[in-house]
Amino acid sequence: MSEFFAMGGYAAYVWPAYAATLAGLGAMIVWTWQSYRSAQRKLAALEGDKP
Amino acid sequence: MFELANPRRFMEASAVWLPWLAGFAAVFLAAGLYLGLFVAPPERYQHDTVRIMFLHVPSVWSAMMCYGLMALMSFIGLVLRHPLADTAARAAAPLGALLTALGLITGSLWGRPTWGTYWVWDARLTSFLVLLFLYLGYIALWNAIEDEVRAARVAAILALVGAVNLPIIEFSVDWWNTLHQGESIVRAGGPAMASVFLWPLAFMALGFTLLFFTLWIVRIRTEILERRARALMLETA
Repeated sequence: MSEFFAMGGYAAYVWPAYAATLAGLGAMIVWTWQSYRSAQRKLAALEGDKP
Repeated sequence: MFELANPRRFMEASAVWLPWLAGFAAVFLAAGLYLGLFVAPPERYQHDTVRIMFLHVPSVWSAMMCYGLMALMSFIGLVLRHPLADTAARAAAPLGALLTALGLITGSLWGRPTWGTYWVWDARLTSFLVLLFLYLGYIALWNAIEDEVRAARVAAILALVGAVNLPIIEFSVDWWNTLHQGESIVRAGGPAMASVFLWPLAFMALGFTLLFFTLWIVRIRTEILERRARALMLETA
């Protein structure tokens, strides 16, 4: 297992690359989804106001 | 395809595709990660740094595909004056900026152990950095101009002019003497890479592409909902 994390001595390059990609895409997914939900809620509230 | 230019049709159709796109994106990314981290062996010369390729190449490829789509939508918006095309172009920009940034980060983390440097001003790297500035400039233009119709037009012109950079990135390794290697995934006569590396790369590339389309569609839907909300607010005001 520790051999896997050592990445043949290149852990300092391989894991930051994976971490950056995961963090970047993860943040984009969360941001995109939250904006979508908030737009849905905003519209639902406005439509609810109408008679 | 032009049926989808109607926002209502787009909402109906995309609601059907979205779960499939998201599901397949997750499956391909999971399979690509598994093959890339656990099945592919250390490469003979690059050792374990070859695993950075499974992130770098899909990021770069989808960043360029995203720009191509953004420019196409800008063109349609500019010529056919269709607001949904402008919306689609605008929704793609933050995704492209992120993918470009990830391509640069993973590239420099790959460059350090293989070339001995995080960065070099060669034609491939420089033209790819220009892509990031094009995305950021495009986003800044949209935010800087108050009038949406004018903002769309000015941003579209920037997107179209900047599209010149795409072939420059693509062919930079042939036109100039770059530290970045030339095309080495597919050459005339078929793939130039052992299948144990090719499969994780293909799965990751497909996963990134599907994830891009999933996020792009959700962002376009968000903008359509926001527009409806704005219209309703004007009505009731």
